[in-house]
Amino acid sequence: MKFAVVMIAVLVTMVLALSRAIAGPTVFDRILALNMFGTKTVLLIAVVGFLIGRPDFIDLALVYALMNFIGVIAVLRYSQHGHFGRTGGERGQGEDGGRN
Amino acid sequence: MDAILEILVWILLLSGSLFAIVGGVGLIRLPDLFSRMHGSGITDTLGAGLILAGLMLHSGATQVTFKLGAVLFFLLLTSPTATHALARAALAEGIRPWTAEREDPSSSE
Repeated sequence: MKFAVVMIAVLVTMVLALSRAIAGPTVFDRILALNMFGTKTVLLIAVVGFLIGRPDFIDLALVYALMNFIGVIAVLRYSQHGHFGRTGGERGQGEDGGRN
Repeated sequence: MDAILEILVWILLLSGSLFAIVGGVGLIRLPDLFSRMHGSGITDTLGAGLILAGLMLHSGATQVTFKLGAVLFFLLLTSPTATHALARAALAEGIRPWTAEREDPSSSE
């Protein structure tokens, strides 16, 4: 019962985050909503694991929590620089002068 | 004793759900990117923290509790870091916070 309530609340929050990701005026709004959506996914997996009586799902939630962070940073870099990073030889030659 | 524990789990889960929804509404309603980060921060730390604490209390001293603690640890470590990187990137891109002197963020240069 209580897990169903939490699941519904998390789903509502996911819908809100998704609508911000669709509406967001700048790309940063979308990334912010994406980050929040990923966190809610972690919570949803954990709660659903308890709801159907298989708490082993926590392993998946753990993997998702780590993947979400890497994904957000990767999308952030890509939206900023247009690529995922440079190799050591051409360091500092970009138009941003090696910021970050 | 079990009843007290059950009530405590209910309180933690319900308050966590409440904070999650409030943060989601804030993400929709707040006017500019930096104030939306505030709404997102509520769900990412307080909402997730309370819900995971409720689940930990429910499952007792088992391996699942340890894994839930690991999830909570990584969430508390990574989510503010991602938000910080996002705020820095947005500032570097030229997006300025909405202040009393400059009410419309889109008209700023």
